[in-house]
Amino acid sequence: MISQFFVLSQRGDNIVFRDYRGEVQKGSAEIFFRKVKFWKDDGEEEAPPVFNVDGVNYFHVKVVGLLFVATTRVNVSPSLVLELLQRIARVIKDYLGVLNEDSLRKNFVLVYELLDEVIDFGYVQTTSTEVLKSYVFNEPIVVDAARLQPLSPAAIFMQGTKRMPGTAVTKSVVANEPGGRKREEIFVDIIEKISVTFSSSGYILTSEIDGTIQMKSYLTGNPEIRLALNDDLLIGKGGRSIYDYRSSTGSGAVVLDDCNFHESVRLDSFDVDRTLSLVPPDGEFPVMNYRMTQEFKPPFRINTLVEEAGALKAEVIIKISAEFSASITANTIVVEMPLPKYTTRDHGSFFVVADGESTQIVGGSEHTLRAKLTFSQESHGNITKEVGPVNMTFTIPMYNASKLQVKYLQIAKKSSTYNPYRWTSSFKPLNDPEMASHLNSSNLFALLLAALLFISRNGVAGSRQLLEKTEPEIPEFPKPNIPEFPKPEFPPLPTIPTFPKPELPPFPFIPNLPKPEFPFVPHAPALQKPGVPKRPESPHSASSP
Amino acid sequence: MAPPAQAHRSPSPSQPSGKGEVSDLKSQLRQLAGSRAPGIDDSKRELFKKVISYMTIGIDVSAVFGEMVMCSATSDIVLKKMCYLYVGNYAKVNPDLALLTINFLQRDCKDEDPMIRGLALRSLCSLRVANLVEYLVGPLGLGLKDNNSYVRTVAVIGVLKLYHISAPTCIDADFPPTLKHLMLNDPDPQVVANCLSALQEIWSLEASTSEEASREREALISKPVIYYLLNRIKEFSEWAQCLVLELVAKYVPLDSNEIFDIMNLLEDRLQHANGAVVLSTIKVFLHLTLSMTDVHQQVYERIKAPLLTLVSSGSPEQSYAVLSHLHILVMRAPFIFASDYKHFYCQYNEPSYVKKLKLEMLTAVANESNTYEIVTELCEYAANVDIPIARESIRAVGKIALQQYDVNAIVDRLLQFLEMEKDYVTAEALVLVKDLLRKYPQWSHDCIAVVGSISSQNVQEPKAKAALIWMLGEYSQDMQDAPYILESLTENWEEEPSAEVRLHLLTAVMKCFFKRPPETQKVLGAALAAGLADFHQDVHDRALFYHRLLQYNVSVAERVVNPPKQAVSVFADTQSSEIKDRIFDEFNSLSVVYQKPSYMFTDKDYRGPFEFSDELGNLSIAAESADNVVPAQGVEANDKDLLLSTSEKEEIRGATFNVSGYSAPLYDSSAASVQSELAIISSTSAGSAPSSSLAIDDLLGLGLSAAPAPEPASVPPSLKLNSKAILDPGTFQQKWRQLPISLSQVYLPFLTLILF
Repeated sequence: MISQFFVLSQRGDNIVFRDYRGEVQKGSAEIFFRKVKFWKDDGEEEAPPVFNVDGVNYFHVKVVGLLFVATTRVNVSPSLVLELLQRIARVIKDYLGVLNEDSLRKNFVLVYELLDEVIDFGYVQTTSTEVLKSYVFNEPIVVDAARLQPLSPAAIFMQGTKRMPGTAVTKSVVANEPGGRKREEIFVDIIEKISVTFSSSGYILTSEIDGTIQMKSYLTGNPEIRLALNDDLLIGKGGRSIYDYRSSTGSGAVVLDDCNFHESVRLDSFDVDRTLSLVPPDGEFPVMNYRMTQEFKPPFRINTLVEEAGALKAEVIIKISAEFSASITANTIVVEMPLPKYTTRDHGSFFVVADGESTQIVGGSEHTLRAKLTFSQESHGNITKEVGPVNMTFTIPMYNASKLQVKYLQIAKKSSTYNPYRWTSSFKPLNDPEMASHLNSSNLFALLLAALLFISRNGVAGSRQLLEKTEPEIPEFPKPNIPEFPKPEFPPLPTIPTFPKPELPPFPFIPNLPKPEFPFVPHAPALQKPGVPKRPESPHSASSP
Repeated sequence: MAPPAQAHRSPSPSQPSGKGEVSDLKSQLRQLAGSRAPGIDDSKRELFKKVISYMTIGIDVSAVFGEMVMCSATSDIVLKKMCYLYVGNYAKVNPDLALLTINFLQRDCKDEDPMIRGLALRSLCSLRVANLVEYLVGPLGLGLKDNNSYVRTVAVIGVLKLYHISAPTCIDADFPPTLKHLMLNDPDPQVVANCLSALQEIWSLEASTSEEASREREALISKPVIYYLLNRIKEFSEWAQCLVLELVAKYVPLDSNEIFDIMNLLEDRLQHANGAVVLSTIKVFLHLTLSMTDVHQQVYERIKAPLLTLVSSGSPEQSYAVLSHLHILVMRAPFIFASDYKHFYCQYNEPSYVKKLKLEMLTAVANESNTYEIVTELCEYAANVDIPIARESIRAVGKIALQQYDVNAIVDRLLQFLEMEKDYVTAEALVLVKDLLRKYPQWSHDCIAVVGSISSQNVQEPKAKAALIWMLGEYSQDMQDAPYILESLTENWEEEPSAEVRLHLLTAVMKCFFKRPPETQKVLGAALAAGLADFHQDVHDRALFYHRLLQYNVSVAERVVNPPKQAVSVFADTQSSEIKDRIFDEFNSLSVVYQKPSYMFTDKDYRGPFEFSDELGNLSIAAESADNVVPAQGVEANDKDLLLSTSEKEEIRGATFNVSGYSAPLYDSSAASVQSELAIISSTSAGSAPSSSLAIDDLLGLGLSAAPAPEPASVPPSLKLNSKAILDPGTFQQKWRQLPISLSQVYLPFLTLILF
């Protein structure tokens, strides 16, 4: 039961403000903002997401630099409110296409409309983008997505979201395409965040993958979808310690420690053939979250060496080796290493070595970064204790560490009156894994800790099939990845949404469908290319404009 | 909505200043009001938008109320909505003008479009004007019977709004029984959920005055209602599921079969992606199994994986909420999580509030097998650029040292900290070494050697300085130049800002004097003189006290100031177990995040429906805590610095007095509230036992009045158990009952079977 909801800009202006119960005084937004801005309680820099001032509980989440806030006087469930705030942000994004201060300000009436239906008198009514559609009458004013600055990978991690703002399609669920007709599309991404800690000798101390299968659906008529995952997927490693690597004897099976599913997912046949069936609601949502501690090969290895060269000087050598296939390139790489406060050269406590050529690393290659440090005062003995951790963030398209795959996605015809004339296939050809590596070098001979984080995106074709039969012959295709995808044509973030349709390369995982099953719509130009999917002989020629 | 007070705020360049614009708007609206020109709606929309944006940024636009109402005669739904929003916001301050809106709202309540009906009804109930309530009853009554479920959901919440505007009107119109009927019969799950919310709120507010209401309140957690809601749980939205689960957590099943049935039914809720649903389910599981120790432990094992997945899957804010709950579980049963310690390692990009929780958990789960790894990891954080976290991790190392038997390695680490020569590291480490020495005097030799080499000039923080001085006094016989260090410190008496340090200095000089009188005599004189001249009352008093003691009898003074000490075996816990139990009872609420029971941070009026029967289950706890509140509160108030304050208690009496003085008002109010709660409970529990069957009859009667609807109460209620369960109920229960922790390998796959 919440009393007020409001969204504040970074400067503390109200963008929307809705009072549901009138129990909290009117000036709460100012009280809140002042408190958050000057949070110095206990020497902490950051205000916790929940705090209490004079009996009023303030909840907030930060989304794209905006503060989504709820207040209440009642002792409610904190995770309910925080989940709700996050969900409201997502619903708004579904409607506006792009969520930022500009789009919110332009569409605040629409947002009020949504808020009215989402919460009534403090009680949550619905947060389903789908259901809300019938209550919302304002047309979103679309903000030009191209003007958006793609956030750097590091910034994304600071927000802690695993979503890549740039690659997510910036399209509203209610707005029509410029062409006036609605495109039937569905996007499935596998996004993985990896944390690895390893010792200086390269031995892995801890490793974990937190992954999400994210879906964004623009299908009309809510057809049922079947999503097949790896056959050999296992869930739950029993009660053994999750860091017990003896269990993973290289059988090739993907073993998840645990996973959870979106409400709409039905698991009827999951234990038989690892397929999830669901009727995707409109908008963006996570189909499945999973966590894995099975051993895997980290994409990078980082070795750090700190050598003292005299009393006031030291040299840092960071060696990065890319241990993935040479056909893949990692980009937007940033390597950071905090330095002691008394370092005079290499600007202050941070230096960034991701300039020039080193922003891209081709698989299999090795790079060495050297930096000379000068200190203003003599270091107290152990300089290696005071530098680090080394943090590395990067993006690798077409890379997926957990080997979890979406083998196929099948859209079933819902009813006989459904008229699936259009067969559209859209997919995100580019995986944008995001990898942030974190490395803590402590001592030359002692520990070298590294935590690698990364997100990988897996594009999967959404195919609308005119199928009466329930079991289509879907050939197994090896991987959802397109390994030899031409690199330069796909700059990571903003280009994907505008990917010109006729240029869609033949996509390998569209199953061999019987030809007559496709009554092509004459006016759909997009259909010529994806027509009958053949294995691409050369995706290069197909997609290079 | 927008606070009118803010209108006086100095306008920023991006904001219009107010007055002029508002009167502009007023005249423009007036022009449009009468016009019927085509395209008029578009210009109205623009104007309305402007009004609402002014309202949002805090400009008072109530002056255009009349014009807005005049413009509201439109069929454009977007315009209508904006108008409703505006009216809802300003009706309260313009009760007379609000009357103008009643007419068109009432008309819209009869519109053929259910959307318009719902909207109008919602706005009508949102006016919050007491003298208009008579206009609400009719439309609400119709709304509750509407064919469209959207209108019904709105109407149910409308009843609650009416109750808050005028409770007697709501009760007189007999709305609560209608809601109850709807709750048990409506096909739309959201209507059911809203009825439940509304009834919880109404009846718990009424319960203090009406016995019937408190009976009704109890009836909500009776078997028929609970089973009815549980059987429909999958129909509800995730938010409504939380509501239902919160209610189920209060239900007390009759026997263990019931418990297992409910757990079977809710098992798959643990796999939900929404953390709130999972936490509510966990609450149910934990509360149901409280009486069955072994199963309770199994529940801990079972919920571990889903919780860890939630922690790593959401935004930092979401994982903070989950982590707080994981934290309380870890604190209750550290041994269960001992093997998962690596999950509590901090990542560099986590916000500090998450790191802090993780550090506490790492401290709690440390045991013989994992201490080395944990301490190694913590030492990595000690050099962290994030200084508060670095401090926190050093403290964590110290806490682990204090709770372990084998501390060799840890002591070495701590001593290494002292050698790192970073101010804050040294400061924290000094405080810890002091505590360590109080518990393990046998380490004094190693520690003193290192401590002796620290220059007192490098230590500035009062706590650290006090710790250093304490050690100088306590171990002056082992430290060659202790008297001389104390001497130089005494010389700088005037420059020492902290009274705490000066107090310690006095005592240390005294102790040193008893051990090495010839070298210290001069310092002692200087210190006592300085102390007597001190402006701080406590310092002055202590100096005077020492002075007189010494005058009286030196050997008595030695017995008083420097008695033979016993090693401290256990440092006082920061929270009493009653407080902890209370927090645990309020699982999945803010109490867990704040680590305080709700009565400490919520006003009585807002305890809310969530708590209404908590006290019933906790009668014994509540009764106990009424007696024990004093010590509990005194300790609670001090929270995390307690370790320090206890350690200094012997010397700084003033500080401890301050603590108890601070908590005294808190105690008064809370004890009073606990007692009043008790009074309520005793009256309700006395009445509810015989009347529970009555409540069910009542429920039955209502169920019969609607023939086609399902009648949950007419047959003995039963749960629709998971039909796909592979094991029969007996085996299921056996599993839950018998599996020892060590067999959980078997146990988890088994659960997977059940789930899929």
